[in-house]
Amino acid sequence: MSAVIEQHHDDDHHHGPAKGLLRWVFTTNHKDIGTMYLWFSFAMFLLGGSFALVIRAELFQPGLQIVQPEFFNQMTTMHGLIMVFGAVMPAFVGLANWLVPMMIGAPDMALPRMNNYSFWILPFAFTMLASTLFMEGGAPNFGWTFYAPLSTEYGPPSTTFFIFAVHLMGISSIMGSINVVVTILNMRAPGMTLMRMPLFVWTWLITAYLLIAVMPVLAGVVTMMLMDIHFGTAFFNAGGGGDPVLFQHVFWFFGHPEVYIMILPAFGVVSAIIPTFARKRLFGYASMVYATASIAFLSFIVWAHHMFTVGMPLAGELYFMYATMLIAVPTGVKVFNWVATMWKGSMTFETPMLFAIAFVVLFTIGGLSGLMLAIAPADFQYHDTYFVVAHFHYVLVPGSVFSIMAAVYFWIPKWTGNMYDETLGKVHFWLSFVGVNVLFFPQHFIGLAGMPRRVPDYALQFADYNMVSSVGAFIFGFSQLLFLFIVVKCVFGGKKATAQVWEGAHGLEWTIPSPAPYHTFSTPPKIDMTEAHG
Amino acid sequence: MTDNSVANNPTATTFKLVAVVVGMFGFGFALVPLYDLICDVTGLNGKTGDQYTVINEQVIDEKRVVKVQFLTNNNAGMPWEFRPVVRTMEVTPGELNLTNFYVHNPSDMAITAQAIPSVTPFRAARYLHKTECFCFEQQELQAGESLDMPLRFIVDASLPESVTTLTLSYTIFDISDQLAAN
Repeated sequence: MSAVIEQHHDDDHHHGPAKGLLRWVFTTNHKDIGTMYLWFSFAMFLLGGSFALVIRAELFQPGLQIVQPEFFNQMTTMHGLIMVFGAVMPAFVGLANWLVPMMIGAPDMALPRMNNYSFWILPFAFTMLASTLFMEGGAPNFGWTFYAPLSTEYGPPSTTFFIFAVHLMGISSIMGSINVVVTILNMRAPGMTLMRMPLFVWTWLITAYLLIAVMPVLAGVVTMMLMDIHFGTAFFNAGGGGDPVLFQHVFWFFGHPEVYIMILPAFGVVSAIIPTFARKRLFGYASMVYATASIAFLSFIVWAHHMFTVGMPLAGELYFMYATMLIAVPTGVKVFNWVATMWKGSMTFETPMLFAIAFVVLFTIGGLSGLMLAIAPADFQYHDTYFVVAHFHYVLVPGSVFSIMAAVYFWIPKWTGNMYDETLGKVHFWLSFVGVNVLFFPQHFIGLAGMPRRVPDYALQFADYNMVSSVGAFIFGFSQLLFLFIVVKCVFGGKKATAQVWEGAHGLEWTIPSPAPYHTFSTPPKIDMTEAHG
Repeated sequence: MTDNSVANNPTATTFKLVAVVVGMFGFGFALVPLYDLICDVTGLNGKTGDQYTVINEQVIDEKRVVKVQFLTNNNAGMPWEFRPVVRTMEVTPGELNLTNFYVHNPSDMAITAQAIPSVTPFRAARYLHKTECFCFEQQELQAGESLDMPLRFIVDASLPESVTTLTLSYTIFDISDQLAAN
């Protein structure tokens, strides 16, 4: 196989990318596609973020000031859908495209043409989704979880477009994941055994399996919705013999693995960055691999902890409570390992390291509030309050999103050949760090005090914390424009980066020149045993 | 170049993964009968069984009295008046009981309805046997029509001692549109 690849690449090895804009349409190059994924996800991040700012602007004060409740509901729904499926997931796929082949010594992804399709589906899917905002009856307004019968019987006519958009996103994710698995299983350079792969590759391998297992279930559940809406079936309609609670079971069977899909690659990113700037090898590599696999396995058997209040029998509540708490064990192993990696290391605090350390601290806060929510009897109080909002935003924003930003700062010198502006990077970090905490920390308090989520108006006693939260939202939101500026500035110039870029960096991607040539590892590299993983 | 750590058959891997995708899509749909099966077997969700036929003479437990409460709900948008004729019955486990539910269609068009039962506590659901119930079939009422719908039921004598009150709740759904779609 590798002989075939070599031969193929000998023909066009010295060719750069094709000229003109069509290069981006037809490209099968993993670096081009990775770049497009990252830019696309950043665009979606700004779009979803602007919806979030509409929400926070409305919640700045009690009462209705800016938008009507109907539009507010469309904003919460679209914000969730776009951030989950448009920003976080494609960003990780983009990182996988750029990094997985370079980290395992492969010339490209295993299925390059499919790679091109899986990216180019996305702009169509999200154009369709966003266009529902301009349709009669408005965009979907039933929350990103689209519970039936709210979505099937009371949703706007645009629900059908939403269903097709989800189908397209699912197809894209499935194709992307198949590509990642096939690449990792078949294209590793000789000597790159599974247990020598960098953790980012490991976490993506496991994430890809999760995606392959649950995205089809999501496709199934939206197909059932489509049939209930248009073809007279009654999967979720009690009047026809169906059951609305069934929807929640099928949805969360997808939904819980989905939340790990959005965090496992982040674990991989942080496991690459912390050893680099602590100038030590990662503590407990094998335990990291097993912990990731355990978390992935557990994610399939805990889904009903999202549904403690539907009227489950006591045995069910207890089972899902204990199974959920079990996840804290492998997650704790990971946090311990990151801290142990930093212990007595020669640490420096460049921007990627700042984001990675903030990730460890703030993700742990989000994990601990998750444990609080896992306590079934207490969840009856927390369910559908701002405490839940605070919890999952802590794991998703200073969790997943911070790890993506850390990854961009960490690898952008390799991508562009230029160092980013370190001062501006640090300013961006501190603005984001302060902004995100001012934004989400008070939401714990208003949630515990009983403020429900997904409401455009609230009781007066929640006013102060909501105002603080909204101020944080605008700080965090607008500081992302600085991130955009830093990235653009780095693309167009800056101090030239060396091949290794970071003093403590280990791994195959740091052995090739910066910027990474259009084609890398046309000949499989020799794996130096000691350099195998950071 | 021989290295056992690398599988080197991308096509085979791809097809295996595609098979997993197809299988999981099917699994999503398989969850539907699986869910109903689990509810039936365990009696979770308060689902009552289908029409009950008395096979053996029922054991009648004269020593106990169980209170059965009836609740009625209208699904959103359902205009019918729907209520139990009696709200509470004191029944002897094992005996056959008869009660009626009153429905009236105040709207100016014919509507077909389906009532869906649910029992609490859930663990008592499987001890409530219905030998005749309007919920086993659909009802069509013309504009302005009224009807008393019968329910015959037996509370099984093997009902756990700790259960002294059963609540049987019906939600009535307007299914005219669904019938038209089919």
